[in-house]
Amino acid sequence: MIGRGERAANYVILVAFAIFALYPIGKIVAIALGPADSGSGGGILGVHPGNFVDAWQTGHFGSYLRTSLLVSVIVVVVSVLCSILAGYALGMLRFRGADALFYLFLIGMMMPNEVIVVPLYYDLRSVHLTDTIWAVVLPQIAQSIAFGTYWMRAYFRAGNRSMVEAARLDGANSWRTLWSVLVPLGRPAIVTLTLLVFMWTWNEFLIPLVMVTKDSLQTAPLGLAFFQGQHTSATTLLAAAACLVATPIVVLYAFLQRHFIAGMLEGAVRE
Amino acid sequence: MARNGSGRPPGEPRAIGYLYVLPAFLLYAGFALFPLGRAVQLSFYDWDGQTLGTWAGLRNYTDVFTDPILRGAFGHTLVLILFFALLPVAIGLLLASILNRARVRGLGFFRTVVFLPQVIAMVVIAIAWKQIYDPTSGFGPVRGWLGDYSLALPAVGLIGTWFEIGLATVLLLAGMSRIPRELYEAARLDGAGPVREFFAVTLPSVRGEIAVALTLTIIAALKTFDLIYMTTKGSPGTTTLVPSYIVFDRAFRTNQVGSAAAVGVTLTVLIFAISFLVNRIGDRSTS
Repeated sequence: MIGRGERAANYVILVAFAIFALYPIGKIVAIALGPADSGSGGGILGVHPGNFVDAWQTGHFGSYLRTSLLVSVIVVVVSVLCSILAGYALGMLRFRGADALFYLFLIGMMMPNEVIVVPLYYDLRSVHLTDTIWAVVLPQIAQSIAFGTYWMRAYFRAGNRSMVEAARLDGANSWRTLWSVLVPLGRPAIVTLTLLVFMWTWNEFLIPLVMVTKDSLQTAPLGLAFFQGQHTSATTLLAAAACLVATPIVVLYAFLQRHFIAGMLEGAVRE
Repeated sequence: MARNGSGRPPGEPRAIGYLYVLPAFLLYAGFALFPLGRAVQLSFYDWDGQTLGTWAGLRNYTDVFTDPILRGAFGHTLVLILFFALLPVAIGLLLASILNRARVRGLGFFRTVVFLPQVIAMVVIAIAWKQIYDPTSGFGPVRGWLGDYSLALPAVGLIGTWFEIGLATVLLLAGMSRIPRELYEAARLDGAGPVREFFAVTLPSVRGEIAVALTLTIIAALKTFDLIYMTTKGSPGTTTLVPSYIVFDRAFRTNQVGSAAAVGVTLTVLIFAISFLVNRIGDRSTS
């Protein structure tokens, strides 16, 4: 069916693009493991894992990563919980005005951060909330809720109506039906949502950039940006720090890639 | 939570639904919808962020068309769309049809690898690519591109191409895997080679996926901020200046808050219009 020539050409193309995709990542890892900027020794077999320790300590990245983790966990917990409740209401309870509300949430899914961050900064500043964790967390919760509600509503609409009927006949109210029947069944959808929101929050740059100046509130991507601005010659340390920032999500992706890919594809396809 | 709605047929409107939506709606309305409205309001004023603003009418919007810097920035976005959307979708079509046609060994691995850029923070990606473009230690053929007046924009665009290829490939591959095998068998019986097979069978079947891929990647091109902030900040000159960077710059650096808001609102309207249009085209061709 497929000639040898075509087969060979296929592999050449695929391998070329695989190398293209991996090259920048390989490059930054190689720099991170290279000799330190100061030129001091201490390498093992030509690699210098000590650079990561330097980035963690002298580069303050231990602190930035902790802030990122805190921010991400708050955003994930609040927005996933709210999205489950809202998705349940819009997808299964179907009250009057549910569709109009759904379209309102859709606006938030497409809206760029750039447009809301301007008034948010000035309004939060006037109530003295800038430079607090709330200024970083609340706008991201709002955006994640828009996607999450869309996502969970799709799950509940496709959900098993007969199971819900059975639960109701057993005397379960809507709250019990949700938590004892639908949420356990919906675990894959909820895991996907959790991973996506975690990734988006972890990688978010603009909102912390605008809202925060205090060192203790800087998230990891923000720390990277400022580090790059201040130490133009500390390439090795910067590369090591960049690897530290990317690693948690890459590790999650390596183990749960089906969730990532399915989520980012299905989330994109509107009904 | 009180029992509600008993004795009603399922699917009947249930007032308790409002209670379930309430927490989500309050947070969403307060920190997304309300700021959106405020952005629209601010866009009609001249405001420096400190003193009292003055009414500007539509001037911040007419500036989008008359101010050469703003016009230039939107023009750069068009170039970025070529790199962020058209190229990745074209390459994605090639890669996905190879993966779909030839049962390639290592398909899963390849998919994982090309999709990997999508999960990495743009800030990290920018740092990696800056090393590749570095004027002294960069990769031979592209060394120093980010500092070159005519090459800086394509250089930023290439990062976008690299970033979006995986998304386009995986999205299109999902669409192609749903094409019935019989269609291919029929084409082969007619003596179609790989190229004719692609244009006669594959391409028409994945129009919907192409529309989705274009929507996502065009929006990404319009929203490029992190990448510009980390690589060029609009330099050299204003050759890589984009609308989202202007929003940031004017709102928080040069105190032209009203203008920043107007650019942001324009960007939002563009994004909504493009999603709507591309999806309409996609719908028409799939039905």
